[in-house]
Formats: sequence, structure tokens, C-alpha cells
Amino acid sequence: MLESFRKNDRLQLIIGLFIGIIFGFLLQKGGVTRYEVIVGQLLLADFTVLKVMASAVITGMIGVHLLRSLRLVKLHPKPGSVGSSALGGLIFGVGFALLGYCPGTIAGAVGQGSVDALLGGFCGVLLGAGIFAELYPRLEEKVLRRGEFGDKTIPEILGVSSWLVVIPAALIMIGLLLWIEELGL
Amino acid sequence: MLEYLEMDLWSPYLVGAGIGILEVLAFLLSDKPIGCSTAYSRTSGMMERAVFGPGVREKAYYRKFEPVVDWEVMLVAGIVLGSFLSATLSGTFRLEAVPPLWAARFGLDPLTRLAAAFAGGVLLGLGARWAGGCTSGHGISGTLQLAASSWLAVACFFVGGVAAAMILFGAGV
Repeated sequence: MLESFRKNDRLQLIIGLFIGIIFGFLLQKGGVTRYEVIVGQLLLADFTVLKVMASAVITGMIGVHLLRSLRLVKLHPKPGSVGSSALGGLIFGVGFALLGYCPGTIAGAVGQGSVDALLGGFCGVLLGAGIFAELYPRLEEKVLRRGEFGDKTIPEILGVSSWLVVIPAALIMIGLLLWIEELGL
Repeated sequence: MLEYLEMDLWSPYLVGAGIGILEVLAFLLSDKPIGCSTAYSRTSGMMERAVFGPGVREKAYYRKFEPVVDWEVMLVAGIVLGSFLSATLSGTFRLEAVPPLWAARFGLDPLTRLAAAFAGGVLLGLGARWAGGCTSGHGISGTLQLAASSWLAVACFFVGGVAAAMILFGAGV
């Protein structure tokens, strides 16, 4: 039944929209669609972004791995390499600081009336994605495969059951959040 | 209930837990992690196709990510709507071209801000596709699956972001 549900293309578009609406609502209520909050995080002055991300990861990690243990969902880890994940990540970071939004929160910023997000950032992201599509064949050949390590997860690399990583990772992230609160950040 | 929806801000932990539950729903109902950046590739491809014709579909990258409206494009459209709904309910919807923190450092000229936002957007779009994901696809969805690629990418997002922000605003601000 779940399978036919997932294969119904029209229904899936509606689910995508529905999940997006709740996602956008939460991002705006969390304050992370605001320039000040994102740049404040990058200046290490406001830790709202980290608090939102870490609690999402803790909750989602436990939930997704529970459903996976029940054989209801499959993981979809992305492949990576030094040339792709690290270099692309650094380019992303510089854009993140200059723009003050990311690809998800910029859509949220547009929804709350941030004109710089709509006229500047949104158009820029579309152009940047287009430039990548243009450069892709050459980058794929020369850069993206440098230091390839595939779509492995940390438990696979360590050769242990995923729960042996999920539980310590959740505890470490909870500890980090408690420490940030303790410091009054 | 309505009072709660009209609040300006919720606890970041509550918001985060909500996003985590949303991820579980996305895996369960759609067999997909939440991600945003391929939506921009597809949209960019659709715009290119409208201008240059159907040959654009033959580009290697668009054979991988077909330029059509898919689940993720709908998700990004949903984010705009959801945020608009939240901002309207709390009465914080406001047209603003220059964020105050930017103005305090670089002045009130909207064109300077738009130019910087555009340049930042280009790097963001390029970097997200280069790394194969963004703050949601790698930063939340990938890390919660404990994917090695995502933990490396998210570390680099913040290393690059913190360094660039410190330089832009003068270190130690």
C-alpha cells in the first residue's frame, strides 16, 4: 500500500507541496529565514541555526532509523568526494555568508517579504545552478571525482550496527546543546 | 491554538523537532529525504529550455536532473507559502530590501545589498550543486542518515561561512 502511494506521481507532488508548507512555516517561526539570525550564527554570536539544525537531526535520526529497523523506509545517502563535498561546501559557505540565506531559507525569506532574497538571492541561486549545469561535464572529469569515497554512511565505514552510532551521536548533540545553553548563547 | 500560531517566534528546539518529524514523514510517505537545491537546477533548466528550446534537455546534468516540476520544486514553492502564512499570522510580513545588520556595516543603499545578495546567490547555487546538496539536503537530511559525504559537506559549509562572515564583518564582531 505504501508502495502504490509512493508511486502515485500526482499525489506525490501534493505531498511535496504540503511538506514544504509546514517546513516553511517552521523555518519562519524558528527565525532562521532572517538575515540577522543566519549571519549571527556565522559570526558565532547567535546559535539559533545550530539549535534548530541539531534538534532536527536528533529527532529525524532516531525516527528514520527506527522506521528503517522496522523495514518501513530505506536510507538515501548521497555519494561524496573531497573534490565535490569539501570544495563545493566551501564555495557554498562563502555564498551563504554573503547572501545570508541558504537555498531553503531563501524561499522562506521570500515568503516573509525579504526583497533582497527575491530580487538578489533567488535569481543568483538560479544562475549559479545553471552555471554548474554548464560546467558539469568538465568538473565531473577534473574535480568532482577527486578523493571519491562513495555513498557510505559512518556506521558502514566503522562496520558497526547503525544504532551504535545513532545513540552516541544523539547524546553528543544533546550535550552540545546543553553546553550552548549553559554558556548562555 | 490560534494564539500559538500568531506568535512571532517559537523555541528553536520545538521547531527543530518539528522539522525532524517532517523528515520522517518525507521518508515514509515519499521515500525521499527533504532537500532544496535540485529544485533550483530543475527550475534553471526549465528557464533555459524556454529560452533556448528543447535541446537543453540533452545537457549531461539535465539528463541526470530532468528540468521538470517534481516533488522538490513543489517543496520549495511550499516553503514560500508556509513562511508567508507564518509571517502573516504573526503580523511580521514586511517588505524589506536591506536587513539592518547589513545596513549597519555597508550602508542603506539597496542596490549594494541586491548586488551582494545576487553574487552570494550565484556562489550558493553553484556550491550547492557542486557539493551535491545544501543546508537541508546535506545539513539535515544527510547528517541524520549519518552519510559521510554530508558530514564533510556541512563542516565545509560552516568553515567557509564563518570565515567569509568574519572577513565581511571584521573578525571579533
